[in-house]
Amino acid sequence: MSTGKYKWIGTRVDRPDGADKVTGRARFGADFNMPGQLIGRVLRSPHAHAIIKSVDTSAAEKLPGVKAVVTAKDLPEQPNVIVPAGEMQVNLRDITRNILAREKVLFEGHPIAAVAATTDAIAKQAVELIKVEYEVLPHVIDVTEAMKPGAPVLHDHLITEGVKPAPTKASNIAKRMDNTKGDFEAGLKQAEIVVEREYTTQAVHQGYIEPHATLASAAEDGQVQLWSTTQGHFQVRGFVSRLLGIETSQIRVTPSEIGGGFGGKTVVYLEPIAVRLSQKSGKPVKMVMTREEVFRASGPAPGGTVRVKLGAKKDGTIVAAECEIALQAGAFPGSPLGPACWTSFACYDIPNIKVVGFDVVSNRPKVAAYRAPGAPISAWGVESTLDVLALELGMDPIDLRLKNAAKKGTKTSYGPTFDTIGFVETLEAVKKSAHYKTPPKPGYARGVAAGFWFNVGADSSAASHVAEDGTVTVISGNPDIGGSRASLALMAAEELGVDYSKVRPIIADTSSIGFNFVTGGSRVTFATGLAVVNSVRDMIRELKVRAAKTWGVDPDAVIWEDGVAKPAGSNVGEFEPLTLSQLAATAGKTGGPINGHAQLNAQGAGPGFGVHVVDLKVDRDTGCVHIDRYTAAQDVGTAIHPSYVEGQIQGGAVQGIGWALNEEYIYNAKGRLDNAGFLDYRMPVASDLPMIDALVVEVPNPHHPYGVRGVGEVPIVPPLAAVGNAVARSINIRMTDLPLSPPRLSAAIDAATPKMAAE
Amino acid sequence: MNDVRYSAPNSLDEASKAMMAAGGAGRILAGGTDLLVQMRSGMQKPGVIVDIKKIDEMMSIQDLGGGSFRIGAAVSGALIGEHKALKKAWPGVVEAINLIGSKQIQGRASAGGNLCNASPAADSGPALVAAGAMLTIHGPNGRREIPVEKLHSGPGRTTLAPGEILVSFTLPARPKGSSDAYLRLIPRTEMDIAVVGVGVNLTISGGKCTAARVGLGAVAPTVLLVEDAGKALVGSSLDDAALEKAAAACRAACKPINDKRGTIEYRTKIAGVLLKRSAAIAIERAKGN
Repeated sequence: MSTGKYKWIGTRVDRPDGADKVTGRARFGADFNMPGQLIGRVLRSPHAHAIIKSVDTSAAEKLPGVKAVVTAKDLPEQPNVIVPAGEMQVNLRDITRNILAREKVLFEGHPIAAVAATTDAIAKQAVELIKVEYEVLPHVIDVTEAMKPGAPVLHDHLITEGVKPAPTKASNIAKRMDNTKGDFEAGLKQAEIVVEREYTTQAVHQGYIEPHATLASAAEDGQVQLWSTTQGHFQVRGFVSRLLGIETSQIRVTPSEIGGGFGGKTVVYLEPIAVRLSQKSGKPVKMVMTREEVFRASGPAPGGTVRVKLGAKKDGTIVAAECEIALQAGAFPGSPLGPACWTSFACYDIPNIKVVGFDVVSNRPKVAAYRAPGAPISAWGVESTLDVLALELGMDPIDLRLKNAAKKGTKTSYGPTFDTIGFVETLEAVKKSAHYKTPPKPGYARGVAAGFWFNVGADSSAASHVAEDGTVTVISGNPDIGGSRASLALMAAEELGVDYSKVRPIIADTSSIGFNFVTGGSRVTFATGLAVVNSVRDMIRELKVRAAKTWGVDPDAVIWEDGVAKPAGSNVGEFEPLTLSQLAATAGKTGGPINGHAQLNAQGAGPGFGVHVVDLKVDRDTGCVHIDRYTAAQDVGTAIHPSYVEGQIQGGAVQGIGWALNEEYIYNAKGRLDNAGFLDYRMPVASDLPMIDALVVEVPNPHHPYGVRGVGEVPIVPPLAAVGNAVARSINIRMTDLPLSPPRLSAAIDAATPKMAAE
Repeated sequence: MNDVRYSAPNSLDEASKAMMAAGGAGRILAGGTDLLVQMRSGMQKPGVIVDIKKIDEMMSIQDLGGGSFRIGAAVSGALIGEHKALKKAWPGVVEAINLIGSKQIQGRASAGGNLCNASPAADSGPALVAAGAMLTIHGPNGRREIPVEKLHSGPGRTTLAPGEILVSFTLPARPKGSSDAYLRLIPRTEMDIAVVGVGVNLTISGGKCTAARVGLGAVAPTVLLVEDAGKALVGSSLDDAALEKAAAACRAACKPINDKRGTIEYRTKIAGVLLKRSAAIAIERAKGN
């Protein structure tokens, strides 16, 4: 840990939002209310795929207590334009249809209309009074089925992008993506050993504990206020502005505390509807999804298929690698196909790489970002196949990865060449760890896998204000989903040389700070952290000016050190240092309030690498998996607040373990989701897992003053294959289809042991 | 709209009358951990809620001696778990009831409610069937007693007539050398619902099994009493062959469905696995008694 080098960075201070959260004072999405508010409810499709022949809202409108009803007719048509949404891309024409269906419903749970009424009960009753006439169409759920000729086509206009010549017929394949390095076929000829496997994964939900919620208030003069649980209130503002045709500056969005997002709260579902209902009714409108609505209609991560082929020398050097991925986009194009393709071999320095990806629509809810979108799926294929290779070569899985590890100077298949990265250091940290040096307990087997995420920078704004008493407010605009307020305040305290307790970080609404891109891409501590550091530096520049004015010297003759202004040298003159509070007390005489500002598009986000090790046992009679020990190592650059870095690593690992073992969307024959609740959508519970040991490796990012790399996404990438590899080594069966649920494991074990199956 | 009337009578006669008066719209409220959730999700829209927690007989545990206990249907799982004599005499029944929901749910949820909710996967079912529990039912025409396995007529349905209320269940006296156990299979370790549940209740005397009952849950529309499994154990020394015969009887008794929680093959196989495992626990316990 960063001891010695820094005073505040690397310490485990209390988080600024902690007391409010443990006492229940913190306000989450559903905690905002206004006098006279109405309650909004959504009518959703019971069909997976159908033409909407008519929508009759007249009976609902006549129900006493109903104040407004909206359908797609209340939203303007949108152009076929793609805009960024967090780490994903969305098409405006599609997104307005995702919010309220127009010509067709494309998944069970697809919103068709919404009502606002004086009570929740009336709103629910009104929803039931809306009459929709459907022409039910054949549907397709599975990605492989959706790609077959003759599959029901979701969009008549959808011509596969990225294929030459362009197809003439519409299909469910929205896009083909190719990226290559070297010559895969030629590379494969040099190989002494070739392994190839095909894998599948299921759609998984982000599983945030807080459902989507919003409160909208549209005033007669055109101003709109919104309170929303979101990872990006500027993104909410942008979407509401574009989808409803309201000037951006007329909309003010205040983010609530957030009960989990994991990427899933970077898109809008309720907000445009709530605003339109508020505009039509003249009253504030509150909308909160039920858990069932969250499952049926908010973005899961895609499931998909992955085929991986590796060619290697007998010493383990990989000479050729191929990966083919098809991802479920859901009802509209736009799965995280790019990241899935680009991350597939990013951990390794391989001369010949071929990656092909397909973005495929089917009758499921449109996918949204989920922690390192796309990467866990390709890593499941690549890291499992690497384990097959390690077993066939009789090599230690860490040694195989060390042999091929990407380093500074490695050129990736998707273009960039790595600067300073810490993959080798992370592998070596695992190799030296107490866990790896100790053999698994009798009956247990060990799995290893690695993972990569780019981490991103992008747009951030920040401001720092000195209050009249010399304490400091640091203002930024990213909802805090992982302890970022604490990290930002620590960096500000370090930079300024004042006590952490004197710095109060706040998250401002969209009208109180400049633009900030969403909280996503593991960018906030890096990019917004950089903006905060720069705003503090701007404030220090001003503080030096004020000290210079007080002393009657040139500002260049003043230095800022340990929280005070000092003369730069003895030649400047003899002056007692001036503290923040002294400078604040006299600010009125030296030029007014003392503030700093910064805005930037952060470049140089440091890629992150993780290596996970798991010891587990499979109950051969039941197929149940018991995890005994789990270590997650990761290069984090610098751990600004080690507890929240560890928390991110542990949380990501747990979500990945859930993805590996039990989580899946189960559809029935009618294309309806059968497990839209936390009982049958099985995320891990605390008693399922041991303490996850977070092994923090620090290889500072050269492009950040404190060496920060993003942390939050990498840890969900390795667990799928780490668990799968341990299971394979435990039962001597290579499982290729997730999840590794007890019935599935039991069936595989029985199939491999005929005697038991016959019993 | 959606008005619900609430009453909390002090006697079973009043409660029964209130249920009769409500027609089909009456619902009994014990812990409410099923009813309130079903009301919130719109599955249940009762007109009258009859809270039975003010009726002493439904809220008490009576030690009848010789290992026999009468347990009020509305007693919470937490109170059952804290009753030392009951736990010592019927560890399988208590562990089954203590698996119903989380710690917080345990503070309210009752075994009677769990039975009357009539889920074939309810944890209380197989253990109480194995125990040979008798139910006391109070209705407009007085009282009657039935064995617990006669309560369910299908998923979510009971044989209770209009106005009838489950008052208590009675666990019988058993000779020395008796004990019981309950095991369920869930994909997680907590907060889950049984894919299969098996209760075993047996008596050992002179190294031989002299009595055995097996209850099987989540593998058929109702909880099953697997008589053939009990017969396979009685008279044996509880050796591997006898246990395998009982496991085979459990597998044969299964009439499961393929659903989101498991396949027919999986449930059938697990019924046998859990029979052996829960019998092994019951045997260990019985040897200590």
